[in-house]
Amino acid sequence: MPDILQILILIVKIVALTFCVVLPLVPISVYFERRFCAVIQDRVGPNRTGIPLTLLGFKKDFHFFGLIQPVADGVKLFLKEDFTPSYVRKAFYWMAPALTVAPALITVCVIPFGSPISIFGSEQKLVIADLDIGPLFVFAISSLTVYGITLAGWSSNSKFSLIGGVRSTAQMISYEICLGLSIIPVLLYYGDLNLSKIVQNQADNGWLLLPLWKGGHLGLPDLQTALFLIPAFIAFLIFTISIFAETNRMPFDLPECETELVGGYHTEYSSMKFALFFMGEYAAMVIGSALIVTLFLGGWSVGFGMDKWINDLHIGSFQFGGLIHLMAFLVKLIVFILFFILVRWTVPRFRYDQLMKLGWVIFFEAALVNVFLAALIIAAPQLTAAIIGGGAVLLIAVTAAVIWVAMVSEAKPKIRRA
Amino acid sequence: MAVVKLQRPKLNAGEKIYFGAILKGFFITMSHAVRSLLGKTTGAKDLASSGLGVTMQFPEQRWDNQLPEYYRGAPTLVIDEQGRERCVSCQLCEFICPPKAIRITPSEIPTDDKWAKVEKRPIEFDIDMIRCIYCGMCEEVCPEQAIFLRKDYLVTGHTRAEMVHDKKKLYEIGGIRTGLVNKWNELK
Repeated sequence: MPDILQILILIVKIVALTFCVVLPLVPISVYFERRFCAVIQDRVGPNRTGIPLTLLGFKKDFHFFGLIQPVADGVKLFLKEDFTPSYVRKAFYWMAPALTVAPALITVCVIPFGSPISIFGSEQKLVIADLDIGPLFVFAISSLTVYGITLAGWSSNSKFSLIGGVRSTAQMISYEICLGLSIIPVLLYYGDLNLSKIVQNQADNGWLLLPLWKGGHLGLPDLQTALFLIPAFIAFLIFTISIFAETNRMPFDLPECETELVGGYHTEYSSMKFALFFMGEYAAMVIGSALIVTLFLGGWSVGFGMDKWINDLHIGSFQFGGLIHLMAFLVKLIVFILFFILVRWTVPRFRYDQLMKLGWVIFFEAALVNVFLAALIIAAPQLTAAIIGGGAVLLIAVTAAVIWVAMVSEAKPKIRRA
Repeated sequence: MAVVKLQRPKLNAGEKIYFGAILKGFFITMSHAVRSLLGKTTGAKDLASSGLGVTMQFPEQRWDNQLPEYYRGAPTLVIDEQGRERCVSCQLCEFICPPKAIRITPSEIPTDDKWAKVEKRPIEFDIDMIRCIYCGMCEEVCPEQAIFLRKDYLVTGHTRAEMVHDKKKLYEIGGIRTGLVNKWNELK
């Protein structure tokens, strides 16, 4: 009997967190994207689509700032003709959209959405699968998205799609390394791969990028934590930019690069299949932001020592603090999604060789050096001054060597003229 | 032609990192966004817009007072200050009309009418607003100054039949227009 209860609770969690929290974020971020880019460009954006109450005999329509627009978009895409060109490889062509959406939604399961809720004394974590390999699982699954994109590009049997797919593969390989290397300092710092525990740690001892409290008391961080802000910030920067590349968002949206490749890998897709690609892109963005928020910005924690107090809130035996934390998490998530959108409408697209150079020559090395720097800072209390000094000198030498190599690799060969 | 060799501008270290430029870009885009959200978009005043963007929110905000003097809206028929319908159904507008939107059925004015000396008036005067291209040729060609393009631009209807403006509708939109033609007035 308890087993069935466990399974039921799991199903409730999956439905609630995936289909009631993450999936609605996709249309909401589409709406935000359209309105935000509109105000950036001095336009209005969709502000009319609402509930047509006048059709039901009421006096006024209910616009609500056009929030129903994504629903209308979805209905439109659903009703469009689902056209499959005759020259495509049908099996892969049909499989590809699903392959881009599914991984993005699977990764939801390790994200901690809030602190545990307890009802009648039984504690429930607001995470679907409390895996001990959180970030690794996310990387392993989310890099499967590239199969969808590549297959879409190849099976479409069109040159634009193919170039888009190939670009996507190359981009994914280049940035996966930076992505993995950049969070090693974070994992070293927490000594744990379980995202729930990482967030709990941040709630107790200060967010990684805002360590202003310890053990529930406000106060300036000690020297080691303060010094660790440097590698933490570098890691944050590299991780965020790599997530941009990973999700094919604007400064790195070369796979679908409209100006060069028509529509990139989804040129030949229409109707719901296109909508799935679209959804996959936005779902990846949501998950990416969720991961950044979880690792660097305290996840669900409200911060400033208030989490303990929120955790203890209860009505009878129902401790609802987790729901407040869920709201805090969603607010952080939406703010980060807005940042994604701001970047998209500010930074122009990188050229392909610039993208590759940024990934391999700059971020790869920077992430590697950052790992050593973080390790040195973390290990410092156990080491003697001589070893720390030697390590620092070695680190500076390695950094200088890396910068030198990067500059040499950039030097253009002399053009010989006849 | 002499060959001009252009040198790419040398970038300093800060420009090469381009991080500052990206931050500057954020400030520019955010300032536009904030100004739009405050209802003070650049150029909103000149374009008489809603302030949220340079767009005018149409049904709530109308551009009627922004229309220029020469604006060509729906063609209409007018009566003069003495209540006489000006059209004498000469059919010049019907013949000049490029899309053939105008159809006139002429008739004679009975001898016991006050304006019997005018001799003719239209018994039916239809302008098909689906065909009309608002070129203003009818206004230009009319010898009696009877047809004018007014500033009405909201010509809508649910059916094709609704979109045909008949004589009654045309006079209703057109109204009275004084002066211009004096030949039918009584001699003093």
